[in-house]
Amino acid sequence: MNELLTMQGLCKQYGNRCVLSDLNLSLGRGKIIGLLGPNGSGKTTLMKLINNLLVPSSGELLIDGHKPGIETKRIVSYLPDHMYLGSWMRVSNLIEYFADFYEDFDRSRAMDMLRKLSISPADQLQHMSKGTKEKVQLIMVMSRRAKLYCLDEPIAGVDPAARDYILSTILNNYDEDATLLISTHLIADIENILDEVVFLKEGRIVMQSSVEDIRQKQNTSVDNLFREVFKC
Amino acid sequence: MPWNLDSKRPIYEQLIERVMQDIVTGNYKPGEKLPSVRELATLAAVNPNTMQRALAELETSGLINTQRTSGRFVTDDAGLIQQARQNLALTQVRTYIYQMQQLQITPDEMQQLLAKTLEEGTL
Repeated sequence: MNELLTMQGLCKQYGNRCVLSDLNLSLGRGKIIGLLGPNGSGKTTLMKLINNLLVPSSGELLIDGHKPGIETKRIVSYLPDHMYLGSWMRVSNLIEYFADFYEDFDRSRAMDMLRKLSISPADQLQHMSKGTKEKVQLIMVMSRRAKLYCLDEPIAGVDPAARDYILSTILNNYDEDATLLISTHLIADIENILDEVVFLKEGRIVMQSSVEDIRQKQNTSVDNLFREVFKC
Repeated sequence: MPWNLDSKRPIYEQLIERVMQDIVTGNYKPGEKLPSVRELATLAAVNPNTMQRALAELETSGLINTQRTSGRFVTDDAGLIQQARQNLALTQVRTYIYQMQQLQITPDEMQQLLAKTLEEGTL
């Protein structure tokens, strides 16, 4: 029971098309893991399976010993790859909403981060830029004291300076024994904060390795290795 | 600003060098308390586990001491700091020699070049 997340023979099909096939993976606690793969490799599908938005076609997925469901939603904090909050909402509505939904939501943490970015609780989502909306969503998700954070493309839509801010927000706000699963293809920007990487290719895991191992044994960055493995 | 790290070398090695350098140059003074692992990791924009590993290695070398409840401190042993300075300098010298050899400069020429550049004071 030491592993936080385990998958055995996990498959997902959309109709006849196999999007994920026979995934076997286990992820420990207290780690930051990069889920890396080109477009259409199955990253978002895997995130959705972990968050019970999709049901596996076959195989098993356990989070802290439980199948995805009510129990796991208590301990998993999820940032989807698109905006899912009503654009009429104000930041203050969001805080109430999250505090109401999740026991582990830390209001003061959220307020603190919002203040640092000079985002007022009275601001309405529909009047924000794309980048600001993404930051607000990330703040909400990182303000939970979860055991597993699933961040689907957290830095895709923001400028480089905001990226630095987002990375430091991530580093500052997860508890030591929590695990972060981050999917992205902007590898160079985040590889320094990763413990491990999982490479997905056409729905299969082609590699799981620690970042330091890659650098030590192959003398290359994860970014370069990715370019080699997925060369078109 | 995140620390400037070479993307090809192991990160923890570079963190060790960087913290060592900060100690040698007096950025962190002898006997001074170091920031927490989390703070240092955020400063460098690296994984806290990697920073932890680098600090553990520096502890083994004696350059840093851990006091169980109050955190990590820079050694006040001037000899150890001096030794670290020598080690860092030696690494630079080796790099220099290697690159000169790549350019097929002889040891004599290296010395002349060094002496001349030092004399002119053009850096």
